[in-house]
Amino acid sequence: MSAFRCPYNLIIAGVGGQGNVLISQLIARAFIRKGYRAVVGETYGVSQRGGSVMSHVRIVEEGAVGPIIPPGLGDLVLGLEPMETLRILKAYGNPDIHVITNTRPISPVDVIAGNLSYPDLDAIFEAITTLSGKAWTLNASDMAMEMGSSLFTNMIMVGAMLGTGIVPLTMEDFVVILQTYAKPEGFDANRSALQKGFDIIKATE
Amino acid sequence: MPPRHPVTLNEPGRAELLMGNEAIARGALEAGVRVAAAYPGNPSSEIIETLARASDPKRLHVQWSVNEKVALEVAAGASFFGLRALAAMKQNGLNVAYDFLTNLNLCGVKGGLVVVVCDDPGGISSSNEQDTRFMARLTDIPLLEVSGFENARDMVRYAFDLSESTGSVFMVRSVTRISHGRGPVTFGPLPEISGNPRFEPGEAFTPFPILAKHERRHEVLKGLEETFSASPFNTYTGPDDPELIVVTSGIGVLFSEEALDLLEVRDRVGIARMGTTWPLPLTWIGNILEKSTRFLVVEEVDPFIENNLKEFLGGNTRRFGTKTVYGKASGHIPSVGGLAPEHVIGALETLLEVSYEPRPRAYIRLVKEKTSGLVIDRALGFCPGCPHRASFWAIKNALAKDGRKGIVTGDIGCYAMAMWPSGYSVAKTLQAMGSGIGVAAGMGILDTMGKDQPVIAVCGDSTFFHAAIPALVNTRFNTSPFVTIILDNSATAMTGFQPHPGTGMTCMGQSVDPIEVEDICRSIGFAVKTLDPFDLPATEAAVLEALRADRPQVLIFKRTCALLALKETGKAYRMRVDAERCIGEACGCDRYCTRVFKCPGLIWNPETEKAEIDEAICTGCGVCADICPERAIHREILS
Ligand code: SF4
Ligand code: SF4
Repeated sequence: MSAFRCPYNLIIAGVGGQGNVLISQLIARAFIRKGYRAVVGETYGVSQRGGSVMSHVRIVEEGAVGPIIPPGLGDLVLGLEPMETLRILKAYGNPDIHVITNTRPISPVDVIAGNLSYPDLDAIFEAITTLSGKAWTLNASDMAMEMGSSLFTNMIMVGAMLGTGIVPLTMEDFVVILQTYAKPEGFDANRSALQKGFDIIKATE
Repeated sequence: MPPRHPVTLNEPGRAELLMGNEAIARGALEAGVRVAAAYPGNPSSEIIETLARASDPKRLHVQWSVNEKVALEVAAGASFFGLRALAAMKQNGLNVAYDFLTNLNLCGVKGGLVVVVCDDPGGISSSNEQDTRFMARLTDIPLLEVSGFENARDMVRYAFDLSESTGSVFMVRSVTRISHGRGPVTFGPLPEISGNPRFEPGEAFTPFPILAKHERRHEVLKGLEETFSASPFNTYTGPDDPELIVVTSGIGVLFSEEALDLLEVRDRVGIARMGTTWPLPLTWIGNILEKSTRFLVVEEVDPFIENNLKEFLGGNTRRFGTKTVYGKASGHIPSVGGLAPEHVIGALETLLEVSYEPRPRAYIRLVKEKTSGLVIDRALGFCPGCPHRASFWAIKNALAKDGRKGIVTGDIGCYAMAMWPSGYSVAKTLQAMGSGIGVAAGMGILDTMGKDQPVIAVCGDSTFFHAAIPALVNTRFNTSPFVTIILDNSATAMTGFQPHPGTGMTCMGQSVDPIEVEDICRSIGFAVKTLDPFDLPATEAAVLEALRADRPQVLIFKRTCALLALKETGKAYRMRVDAERCIGEACGCDRYCTRVFKCPGLIWNPETEKAEIDEAICTGCGVCADICPERAIHREILS
């Protein structure tokens, strides 16, 4: 497994409404708290309504770096949706890139309408595996629904990221961030979502 | 946005991750701003939202104004009384405020007055990608461009100081990539707020005498050429005699830095970062231009710096001799759209004859092969449970039943998506805020010349207050027969649910009597009918009836935005498709609910050949139960 080196380029990929803007901030804050500098680039706008959304989180030890990752230079993709994960690999992938992806697809409007079909999921997973140095998959959406709301998907995914050990952040680091920045009402549930993601990756390692 | 945000704390030295817009707001707070006003518009909205967190009637008034012109007027009022004030807007908003701004500039200001304009290169959340920098130059306004997060905070502070010392409005330009990006900012101290607003005897702020005031603007700009030359926001890094200098501003700065590093050409190329772009900092830029013979200008969107440099070089040929300026005109940098790091990399590869490819060729081949056909586009659409989907469903059906090939004029807001399949592609025109009604009024009058297609104008509630009222008054005054439909979802949904006069709440958390859209329409003289678009049959019937009238009609469709409703009241229904009843492909020329109605909460299961509800996405609005001709979609009331 390749070492963590800066600038470290992390991409969160999903669909409008999945809340990746929020987790990109929390991840960046966790790094800042560890003494790194972090910048976040967002692509959103009308994207809250069903479009592809990606957030770039870039971590450096010092100095400034642009909020947008140049093509081909991704280090880690945290994919909230499988086709979006693959979309990112097309532009930012390289033989060493790490991928953690949610397996639950979200259909584009044209698929819902039956005009197009959602691309073959097995082929998507195969492509993700081939195009990455290492890939982890989990059905974070179903795990979140079991917890009572799809809103926990992201926290499960972050937990999974911590579980892989590829970024220098621990569960404790992230719990502190939740305490500081997230709504107190949601704290316990978010923490247990984090733990679930962490455990499922640990169990498969 | 996380609820507990430290951006307003007076803790100098604290480092926080701030969004560009939050950094701009922080700069205003550190500069001692007392009044801030704006109308929401991406990518500028978070500036006011952030300042609102620090608002307090005695120290800092923050407001969502009804439109950008009023916002700037509010800020000017405060400035005339000696307080520091800020108005924020997106590029389209500057056009709305511009009439006032051109005069305000001649009048001068007292308290520092900063207009922050957030441009949206690429039109990511806009109807255009206007480069507003030309508008600063057009009306003699000094212009600063932010290029980073801490830089944005510093620059706003600097703008306030200079605005006050020169008695000029200052424009600070940001762009989407910075406004909506995030980076670390180390807080400076917040000043003590003191002093009462005062208008001194003998003071006046008018553009008269016009020529003298105009002359004064030119003097101010002349002086700023030197002030800016010494500004910490213009910097150069690189060799003393580089073979090329990248001259850049805005997001171009960080992209160019990275390109120079990736290509490893720092020893050959210099970088000149420009933070003050109008007037040109003549001494500083003159020195830069003497260092090399070749320049690459990297900026968003139009060639503003590029043209200004060429003009300066052209007027000083004896001093500079022959220089070559590359950029948009030469085709090295794209002349439309937002910048990306690869644009700068590509231009440098060509100009320096170097090549860069971060991925092995074999990998690139593999990407092509492995992803082919597996990544499809995501069209934009209304949210699941969005009232607009129901509204346009009713409009589409009424137009079809009416049968005269009627059209819909669109407007700015989420409902602009009615020009796409999610809104059944009914909207056929789209221009500026409130212009759907104005354009329809121009169509309605054509009836006397033989037009026989009915027209419907749609307009949101926030848009209604912003710019639609004059058009509606015009409609009544000049009797233009068409149907206005106000889509009242009690929100400025597209930009993030900011309060407006109809919502009964200000951004400072004060409750006020809501101003009803219906009351305004009645007072203009319309017999208004208000409907719930979720009641599809009644809504469709009302549209059909209005289409047949020969005088202007106003309908209001009232239903809270799905996102807000979900937050406030949760799901109303649990939905279920009865597989026995669903006739799938056979339904209404196949898959009526998923293919035609298209709510993302309804999915087509190709294996069972039946529709299904996607529990994770459906908001439980219940509307689809009414559209299913087989009554196969059931709703169960949730408490
Ligand atoms: S009830 Fe029907 S129309 Fe409403 S959100 Fe759910 S699937 Fe969509
Ligand atoms: S944000 Fe609200 S108004 Fe806009 S598309 Fe979604 S539900 Fe509709």
